[in-house]
Amino acid sequence: MSSQDTNEDASGTPLIPSWVGSLLILVGLLAAWEGYVHFFEISRLILPAPSEVLAHWLGYLQNPLIWYHTGITAWETLLGFFFATILGVGLGILLGKMPRLERMLNPFVIATQVVPKVALVPLFVVWFGFGMTSKVVIATILAFFPILLNTVLGIKSVDNGHKEVMESLNATRTQRLTQLDFPSSLPYILTGMEVGVVLAIIGAVVGEYLGGNDGLGNVAVREMNSYNTTALFAVIIHLSVLGFAFYAVVVGMRKYLIPWHGSSN
Amino acid sequence: MNVAHVTDDKSISLKATEKRFGSSKNGVQALTPTTIDIAAGGMTILLGPSGCGKTTMLRLIAGLVAPTSGIIEIGGVNLWANGRRNSEALSHLGMVFQDANLFPWLTIEQNIALPLKLRGVKKSDRLAKAQDLCKLVGIAGFERRMPNELSGGMRQRASIARALSYDPGILLMDEPFGALDAITRDTMNNELQRIWMETGKTVVLVTHSIGEAVFLADKIVLLSPRPGRVQEVIDVTFPRPRDQSVSLDPEFQRIATYLRDKLDH
Repeated sequence: MSSQDTNEDASGTPLIPSWVGSLLILVGLLAAWEGYVHFFEISRLILPAPSEVLAHWLGYLQNPLIWYHTGITAWETLLGFFFATILGVGLGILLGKMPRLERMLNPFVIATQVVPKVALVPLFVVWFGFGMTSKVVIATILAFFPILLNTVLGIKSVDNGHKEVMESLNATRTQRLTQLDFPSSLPYILTGMEVGVVLAIIGAVVGEYLGGNDGLGNVAVREMNSYNTTALFAVIIHLSVLGFAFYAVVVGMRKYLIPWHGSSN
Repeated sequence: MNVAHVTDDKSISLKATEKRFGSSKNGVQALTPTTIDIAAGGMTILLGPSGCGKTTMLRLIAGLVAPTSGIIEIGGVNLWANGRRNSEALSHLGMVFQDANLFPWLTIEQNIALPLKLRGVKKSDRLAKAQDLCKLVGIAGFERRMPNELSGGMRQRASIARALSYDPGILLMDEPFGALDAITRDTMNNELQRIWMETGKTVVLVTHSIGEAVFLADKIVLLSPRPGRVQEVIDVTFPRPRDQSVSLDPEFQRIATYLRDKLDH
């Protein structure tokens, strides 16, 4: 790579890789936090020291019960994300290819967009019960919209020159869809999926806050109710790691699915 | 090869073909009713200033726009019947656009083989054909490259190969070298002449470059604007193969000067 891509001095040798810088900042912040908690003798009910949180989290990693709840949350997220992707891409292609239908449905899409969907969570618990179904539904609905909107945008952004090539080749509707519209929209679809997967986790966890006895969201609520702030922080760390793992997988798909696209470099 | 039909599927004839855009009252007459036969196996150049209808005429022949009235016959087959394009007529046509319009997610050979894929030709056969065509258009060795790894001239060579992949009798080219630099353009004109002589296709090429027109043409169809119409058809009879030194020939200068005068009016 050229010298613009890394921090290099004039002679071309790298000064510090950027991740080392990020790590130093993180260590600095954690040290400041640790020092603040000890120096001002902050109650661990308010703000536990990072060292304690870390110790608690490492304890979690050896706790089968936490892994059970992790599995539940991960599965809800994955199912919700899966359904959201199928529905979002499917409907997105339909709306993208049929501008009249899109204009007709647009007010409804906007209306459902602006409704604070998290406020609907209690309703879904009423409808779908305290089990996994209600969480999967919430995860699906939250993840659905960014995937839908990006897919529509992708279909509408198909290059006119490319369309004319398919037209001059007398391609059928199906051929246009599979050979042009879909591959051309993939970068947009993946962007929608990146946003969607994060929202799917949020949906699953919020659902767990409000109903049922399983999942990491439920663990967080229980720890909060027993004033165990250290454990609450540990759950948050655990959730963040889970979220990051999902996100990394989706981002990683770019390299394999659209190596030709500029965003994969 | 079916020799008996070789000239048949290469002929183009317009019969009182007219194209208007917009409503009949306020609309623009892009091409006034035009009757012309384009010689099978010849190199016909449509030349004129912007707005003269040359691109409209080519797009009419290509089936990319429907005529307002009149008939277009490709290889003796009516291109438009009952408002729909005739697929037999379309199969005689290969179209090259100003931009190469290669699909960035496909390799060069996959791009060239795309029309064959749409026709259901099996993979090994279509890739073999793509390799042959890469040799013909002078990009052998680049079969597995992605389009963005090639120069503009090479991309345009690939798009010519794509148009030739299903062996149409007619090659339609809409300012194919207009986006290239002058040096590459000269090379591409030489190459086009060679490919045309090797394949024996009917070529119809749109340009606004007088030099390009006189260098390439058997016949120059001179069009003039407002409303778009055929003004004159000029024969160019230099022996083949021509090289760029033909432009020093006094006859070349005479034709070019004549065309320049005509275009000034």
